[in-house]
Amino acid sequence: MKIIINGEEKDIHATTIAEVIKALEYEGDYFAVAKNLVCVPRAKYAETLVAAQDEIEILMPMQGG
Amino acid sequence: MWQLGGKSFNSRLILGTSRYRSPENLREAITRSGAEIVTVSLRRQSAGDGNKFWELLRELGVTFLPNTANCRSVQEAVTTAHMARDMFKTNWIKLETVGDEYTLQPDPFALLEAARILIADGFEVFPYTTEDLVVGERLLATGCKILMPWAAPIGSGQGMVNPQALKTLRARLPQATLIIDAGIGAPSHAAQVMEMGFDGVMLNTAVALADDAPKMAEAFAQAINAGRMAYEAGLMPTRSFAEPSTPLPGTPFWKTEKKA
Repeated sequence: MKIIINGEEKDIHATTIAEVIKALEYEGDYFAVAKNLVCVPRAKYAETLVAAQDEIEILMPMQGG
Repeated sequence: MWQLGGKSFNSRLILGTSRYRSPENLREAITRSGAEIVTVSLRRQSAGDGNKFWELLRELGVTFLPNTANCRSVQEAVTTAHMARDMFKTNWIKLETVGDEYTLQPDPFALLEAARILIADGFEVFPYTTEDLVVGERLLATGCKILMPWAAPIGSGQGMVNPQALKTLRARLPQATLIIDAGIGAPSHAAQVMEMGFDGVMLNTAVALADDAPKMAEAFAQAINAGRMAYEAGLMPTRSFAEPSTPLPGTPFWKTEKKA
C-alpha cells in the first residue's frame, strides 16, 4: 500500500500506525506521529488504521530556538 | 527564584539549542549559562539516524520548551504542539506562527486562534509575538499568562528596535510574565530589557555564533542577573542637565561672588 511518509511516497505493508512504525524501524520513545495533520497519541498507534495515500508525519527532537 | 508556568527557576535565561558548532559546544554553553530551560523543535528524521541530541538533553536534566517554529497555519501549529506534548511529555509550548517570510514576523491572527485552541486543550502557551500591545492584550484574554515579545527579528542581533513600544507593553501588562524573545545580539541588550522590568530573556543565535559560545553564554547570564538586580534596586531618574554628586558646601577655595 502506498502511503506518504514525511512527504515521500512509500510502499509499506501495514494497516495501523503501529505497523508503519515497526516497518520503518522507529524505536524508543523519541518520536511523535501525525496522520493527515492530526496528532496520533502513542497510546493509539495500535488502533489507528492507515489507508492508501494517508499522509503520515514522524517527527523527532531537534535543535531549536 | 521566580515562577514560570507553575514551576520555580533560578535562571531567567532561556537558551535555544540550535546552530552550535557541536553537541559538546551546546552542552558547555547550557551548563555555563546556568539556563534551566532550553527550547527544542521537532523535525523529520529517518529512524536509522538515532537521536544523540535527545540523549544529550536528557542527561542535562533541563526543562524543555518545545516550539512550533516555521509553522505557517493554525492547524500546523496546533498539530505540532500536540506532537510535542506526546514526545516531550510537557504541556508547555512556545507557539510560533510565521506571518512574513522576510522578517519572520509572527502572524497575530493565526497566533490568537492557535493559542485559543491550545489553552482550551490544557497547554501552557508561550506565544512568540511582536511588541503590539493590543495583540498582547488579546493573547492574555484567551488565557495566556506568558508573552514572548520580540526585541527584533529572529537571528538579527539588533537589540530593541522599538524600545518605546516595549516599555509601553511592560507598563500596560503588569500582570503578565513577559520574556523577550529574539533579536538580542549582545549581553548589553539583555541587561537593558531586564532593567526595564521584563521577566526573562530567550536567546539562541548570539550565543551559538559567538567565537566562544560557552563564554558568551556566561556573559549573557551575568548581564541578565545584573539587569534584574538593577530593576529590583530601582534605577535613578534621568535628567537633562548635570547635578553635582559631590556636595557643594565646603568646596575648597569657594568664594561667593560679590554683587556689584
